[in-house]
Amino acid sequence: MIELAWLIPVFPVIGVLINGLFGKQVGEKAGPIASVMAGLSFLVVLGIAFEMIFGAGGSHTVPLWTWVEAGSFSASMSFLIDPLSTIMLLVVAGVGFLVHVYAVGYMHGDPGYPRFFTYLNLFMLSMFLLVLGDNYLVMFVGWEGVGLCSYLLIGFWYEKQSASDAGKKAFIVNRIGDAGFLLGMFLIWTLTGSLTYTEVFKAAPEMSAAMASAVGLLLFVGAIGKSAQIPLYVWLPDAMEGPTPVSALIHAATMVTAGVYMVARTSPIYVMGPDAMSVIAVVGALTGLFAASIGLVQNDIKRVLAYSTVSQLGFMFMALGVGAFTAGIFHLMTHAFFKGLLFLGSGSVIHALHHAPEEQQQDMRYMGGLKDKMPITYWTFLIGAVAIAGVPPLAGFWSKDEILANAFFTGHYTVWIMGTVAAFMTAFYMFRLIFMTFHGEMRVDHHAREYIHESPATMTVPLVILAVLSVIGGVIPGFPPEAGWIHRFLAPSLAKVPAGGHAMDQGVHLMNAAAGGGHSGPAVVFLIILAIAVALGGIALAWYMYVKDTDAPGRLYERFTGIYRLLLEKYYIDEIYQACIVEPTYKLMRGLWTFDAKVVDGAVNGSSLITVVSSRFSGIFDLRTVDGAVNGTASFIRFFSQVFKYLQSGMVQNYLFVMLLGIFVMLSAYLFR
Amino acid sequence: MSNMPLLTLITFLPALGAVIIMLFMKKEQTKAIKGFATAVVVLDFLISLPLWFSFDQSEAGFQFVEKVSWIPTIGVSYFVGIDGISVLLVLLTTLTMIVGVVCSFTAIEEREKEYYVCLLLLATGMLGTFIALDIFLFYVFFEITLVPMYFLIGVWGGPRKLYAAIKFFLYTLFGSVLMLLGILAYYFANFKMGTGTLTFDLVELYAVGPKIPLSLQIWIFLAFFIGFAIKVPMFPFHTWLPDAHVEAPTAGSVILAGILLKMGTYGFVRFALPLLPQASHVFVPFMVLLSIIGIIYGALVAMAQTDIKKLVAYSSVSHLGFVMLGIFALNEQGVLGGQLQMINHGISTGALFLLVGVVYERRHTRLISDYGGLSKVVPVFTVIFAITMLSSIGLPGLNGFVGEFLILIGAFKKSYVYAAFAVIGIVLGAAYMLWLFQRVFFGNLDNPENEKLTDCNAREVLYLLPLVILMFWIGLYPKPFLGRMEASVKKVVKMVNVAEAPQKAALGKMTKLEK
Repeated sequence: MIELAWLIPVFPVIGVLINGLFGKQVGEKAGPIASVMAGLSFLVVLGIAFEMIFGAGGSHTVPLWTWVEAGSFSASMSFLIDPLSTIMLLVVAGVGFLVHVYAVGYMHGDPGYPRFFTYLNLFMLSMFLLVLGDNYLVMFVGWEGVGLCSYLLIGFWYEKQSASDAGKKAFIVNRIGDAGFLLGMFLIWTLTGSLTYTEVFKAAPEMSAAMASAVGLLLFVGAIGKSAQIPLYVWLPDAMEGPTPVSALIHAATMVTAGVYMVARTSPIYVMGPDAMSVIAVVGALTGLFAASIGLVQNDIKRVLAYSTVSQLGFMFMALGVGAFTAGIFHLMTHAFFKGLLFLGSGSVIHALHHAPEEQQQDMRYMGGLKDKMPITYWTFLIGAVAIAGVPPLAGFWSKDEILANAFFTGHYTVWIMGTVAAFMTAFYMFRLIFMTFHGEMRVDHHAREYIHESPATMTVPLVILAVLSVIGGVIPGFPPEAGWIHRFLAPSLAKVPAGGHAMDQGVHLMNAAAGGGHSGPAVVFLIILAIAVALGGIALAWYMYVKDTDAPGRLYERFTGIYRLLLEKYYIDEIYQACIVEPTYKLMRGLWTFDAKVVDGAVNGSSLITVVSSRFSGIFDLRTVDGAVNGTASFIRFFSQVFKYLQSGMVQNYLFVMLLGIFVMLSAYLFR
Repeated sequence: MSNMPLLTLITFLPALGAVIIMLFMKKEQTKAIKGFATAVVVLDFLISLPLWFSFDQSEAGFQFVEKVSWIPTIGVSYFVGIDGISVLLVLLTTLTMIVGVVCSFTAIEEREKEYYVCLLLLATGMLGTFIALDIFLFYVFFEITLVPMYFLIGVWGGPRKLYAAIKFFLYTLFGSVLMLLGILAYYFANFKMGTGTLTFDLVELYAVGPKIPLSLQIWIFLAFFIGFAIKVPMFPFHTWLPDAHVEAPTAGSVILAGILLKMGTYGFVRFALPLLPQASHVFVPFMVLLSIIGIIYGALVAMAQTDIKKLVAYSSVSHLGFVMLGIFALNEQGVLGGQLQMINHGISTGALFLLVGVVYERRHTRLISDYGGLSKVVPVFTVIFAITMLSSIGLPGLNGFVGEFLILIGAFKKSYVYAAFAVIGIVLGAAYMLWLFQRVFFGNLDNPENEKLTDCNAREVLYLLPLVILMFWIGLYPKPFLGRMEASVKKVVKMVNVAEAPQKAALGKMTKLEK
């Protein structure tokens, strides 16, 4: 079965070709066709996973063709099946298939229906390449490919200026990250002479800490872009302009986790570069806390989930940064279940409010009391919320607890505290969302009320399946903590931080040893109790503020207006970027354009070339530039009127004359020396 | 087969066609002229195919060589041949000529006879440039191309055609006169310090390179530099390009971007590097600086444009900055990437100009602000434009990426600083192209004149399709292309680095002594 891995991306290609080339003819069948293709890929993935989990396991390369070869550089189009890629494939293909089925219902009646499914299949293809590649170059193909699909799907409703703006922003911000990824690849190649994982990782232990950190940081720049971490997270909230199934699949469950996958994949290098790891841990923790705080006050249902995603990705990077690679991937998986579920659930709500005024469809202030009208959506959503809040035994608890415990036991106490506070906020904003959307009195526009309905089966069945996964998806692979199945399964793929490798760890290990050794004893019990308390505390606070004493938010607003505005306006980061980066770039580009037309071209046009060039060096720029351009224009006219005269008398002769003159000058220079 | 003067045939067939049109066809017979011109370029492409199939990849030297003495007293010969550096450029030229002729059918409506004569003569000039192995012959062909191009812009161009044509002509002429001085200096230097014979034979001169003293090499390099850098064009010699592109008819722009500019980059690889190895090394920081300025500056200025064609023209400045960066990395990856990127740029930018021509023919405007929401009315056009744009911004899986990647990895090998600056270009590249795409294709269709736009017709799809196929082919399986170039590129890299070797050895000794 494993040797059939090449089939996985082939099905989406077929889907892209059918729906892309014959979209008009296919029409409403585009959805089912794309879904079947995603389903077939999922079947192959299941077969491979079965073999990997119950069979031999290990790591298998499936070579396809030599792709780029240039002297000593070589990279092939080859796939790698190992435990890490197996887990990723299961998540991508599984959630991907469910979202396809969901979208058949959700996108029904949209004029761009075939186009939507073409993009969705194209996304599956790219994501498969990203995960399957056996070297960084193939990963990069998928990496940029998913970026393209993200661009296309965010801007799917392209008539809307905000949508096409958001798509463009996503692509360009991601490109900044990709530039870092590219440089990281170049450095890897100069250091190891290869981009193939197995060869690179064989050479990794020889790397100096400085070089390993440099590689790690450059690659992490890529991850920051793709996985929306500080300071490049700004594209993800805007990406909510895309259709909701896209938000679920690309901007929650799969694409945005590519950075996490990439860092985990590169773990053999990261463990050699502790500085890079520390940076990752800190960036992850900062992002986790920062995004969660913004999520506290947002009113757009999808924006809450978007900031929540940024925050949860921060958790994953926290895990990677403290060396808990397995916990990071584990959280990636559980997050795919519950965040996919939450997004699809929010899509179900938006779908139901289709007849409300457009600006109210996603605004929770115009929702409320929906729980009886759409019970399946409500109950599955509730399960997702409990899961992400971290209440045992649901999925989120197991993975999040491992992350926080690892931060604690490796001595990253600041990271641990930030993570715990973020976890509290998570529980709060999720239940704020639940209470505002589904409980209390209905605030929906009167005209839209009668149209509120539970979504069709193609939408609710995926919700139910994801809800089931959100319940059992943590405890089954993750129990007992730190020693569950997923740890054993992933162990061959992920490197371990060498014992005593981190100076800080050393002390902690000694402390632990003194306290009775390992991650056991009272500390563990304390952490578990604290985690549960934090989750329940957040839920309770949300209940108090949005169910029990509904005036509380208003009172808080009165007292902390400044902070509230700051959070609501997302710390004004977008405005700051606009003022500090975007506007200056525009200014620069306009300035250069004027410079090009007036100065560079002016110099060419004018016989006063020397004046301009020397003024450029003498630095008296403004005065002479303007002057020079003016002089230039005048002499330019004179010059060309001369030329026209020559032209009439036959240009070619003159030209030949110049040529001969040149020969003559050269010859005489040579002969008379 | 091997005795057939294939290269001569390929090169002069278009000129022969031009003569036949000139002498035997009446200017009213426009259909016949178009048909005949098409037949000539198609036939030319077909007879150039053996260059692809019979090309010996393992051979680094010249193949399909023909040599006839021409002016023996001063050592000029008709000496032609191709190697990995030129083979793809020749094929790109014959392919581009088909596209250039076919895309002109409806675009050119006056003086059609002269137009096709000019196009065909231009083909001969360009092909000759790429196959000449005698520097004098090269120079002759290099200059010949100016004349038909000058007329193409000056006669069939836009409103400011005369200004653009004269600027193009004089500017590039100025460069090539200096280049001629360089060639002559080299010629005499060889006589004095090299083989001791008067010869323009490139193969003989290749052996002389390292023997020329560095001080002289530097002067000759500067002369070559002016000539080729204007042609490329490198910053700050690029301002003739936007004017020429904007005013030129579509086919003129396509050929200009696709082939003519490559004569400059080709000149560096073919002449400057191997003939002046030490000087090439000396100039690396300078050349890289100009290339990187070109990459970033070109992209930023492209962003500021309001005219689609001008935007694409400035994007060329940026892209050719990449090519030059790769070449002056002076290692296999860089030069090979630069070589591939020449082809890629010809395909992608050529296609972009064709696409601009398609809408221009219908709407007679190139202002971005006159468009918007086009994807609704012209879906096929949109898809082809999107693929071309993605190829141009270097999306993996399409051709542009492979070239850019190799260039950057080569630059990184030379110095990570070079690559760190150059990657800024890929961010900006995405920015200006996506912004263009957004303004032209997205949003509402608010200009009523665009509502009746018709999508690409069969002829247009037919001439765009080969380019799109090439984008995917090179992107997914570049081996046939890289493979054909590799041996010759290796040889050039070895030649240019031959001078480095003793220096490095000396350095090695010094460090050993220090130890």
